[in-house]
Amino acid sequence: MDNLTFGLTLMVVGMGGTLVTLALLAVIMNVLKKIFPVQED
Amino acid sequence: MFEAIVNALGGLTAGVANLHWSNPVMIGIGCLFLFLGIKKDVEPLLLVPIGFGAILTNIPLAGLMEHEGFLRTIYDMGISNELFPLLIFIGIGAMTDFGPLLENPKIFLLGAAGQFGIFLTIGLALFFGFDKLDAVAIGVIGACDGPTAIYVSSKYAPHLLGAISVAAYSYMSLVPIIQPPIMKLMTTEKERQINMSELSTTTPASKTTKIVFPVVVTLFGGLIAPMGLPLLGTIMLGNLMKESGVVSRLAKASENEIANVVTLFLGIAIGATMEGRAFLTSQTLMVLAFGFLAICLDTVCGVGFGKIMCWATGGKINPLIGAAGISAYPMAARVVQKEGLKYNKFNFLLMHAVGANTGGQVGSVIAAAIMLSVLKGMGVIP
Repeated sequence: MDNLTFGLTLMVVGMGGTLVTLALLAVIMNVLKKIFPVQED
Repeated sequence: MFEAIVNALGGLTAGVANLHWSNPVMIGIGCLFLFLGIKKDVEPLLLVPIGFGAILTNIPLAGLMEHEGFLRTIYDMGISNELFPLLIFIGIGAMTDFGPLLENPKIFLLGAAGQFGIFLTIGLALFFGFDKLDAVAIGVIGACDGPTAIYVSSKYAPHLLGAISVAAYSYMSLVPIIQPPIMKLMTTEKERQINMSELSTTTPASKTTKIVFPVVVTLFGGLIAPMGLPLLGTIMLGNLMKESGVVSRLAKASENEIANVVTLFLGIAIGATMEGRAFLTSQTLMVLAFGFLAICLDTVCGVGFGKIMCWATGGKINPLIGAAGISAYPMAARVVQKEGLKYNKFNFLLMHAVGANTGGQVGSVIAAAIMLSVLKGMGVIP
């Protein structure tokens, strides 16, 4: 694989993957807060 | 008899006779690190052992980095097998409070944007002719996260470990100097004055949520990017121990005794990789330059994403907090608070910035994990 293809692939998949993963984690955190609200404590 | 005396004296001068020009230069750099650490209080926990390690390894004929040498033993014990950065991560997890991030989870996105500099720098390093794995290791300086940078470079570019470690920790300590001009350049005065103290979308997280969070992140992140599970798993283990409250002895040991001992070994072993002939190359200067660029690009992307969030929320988010989306915790959050106060003396951005900053910590680990898994998927690493 040449450097240009490698660099572009890593940039697109890396940045996109990081953003999507953290966005999904943010959603999961909101769900967790709904399942385990503060009152429960 | 005379010949014997001459031979004996020859043994005493062999060290000086075998000095390469680069050794005194590196000893000078080691002394500079000691000066910065001791007199200027710049990351002393790392610069003192790194500086002394650099001095030790540049004294000829001592053989400290040769087979069974004292520094080689430490290096093999925890750097070449990536153990030390992972142990440090357990301590970092035990020190980190993800509460501000859990209160406002959408700030997590800033922790993702703050890592974009990693990938942009990899592209630039490839453009300037670096080998694929070298470029990856250089880009990870942009994680602004010493243990992650050491983990990746010791695994895939061990010959750059010294330069990458020095760059990562130096630039982390320079965050208060590097970030403010970029933050100012990228935002308008009106944006910098946005008051977030009345933001109504934050809700506190329960203790159960805080305990479940590290387990969920480990499972979720590990399944998506298994190659980075050692990084993610150790930081989350430390955090689980802290939040559960049932193993406080282990949590305290992780953030104190274990982290302290490992920091000493890590520092001295990194210093040991800074042998003059290997370190004083044009490649080292390039690594330092790209590392600086990576952190600048992280800040640009973080603040840029903060501006997008500001626009999307109708001006409720101060874009300055995007600069805290890097992993330099809690320094980046403090910089945001300080800059925010400059333009609005009633604006307290600290808790929001701490949320973005802890998001940046998880973000840097996730970014590295994703990168390693993508590299494996592309067949670049085994």
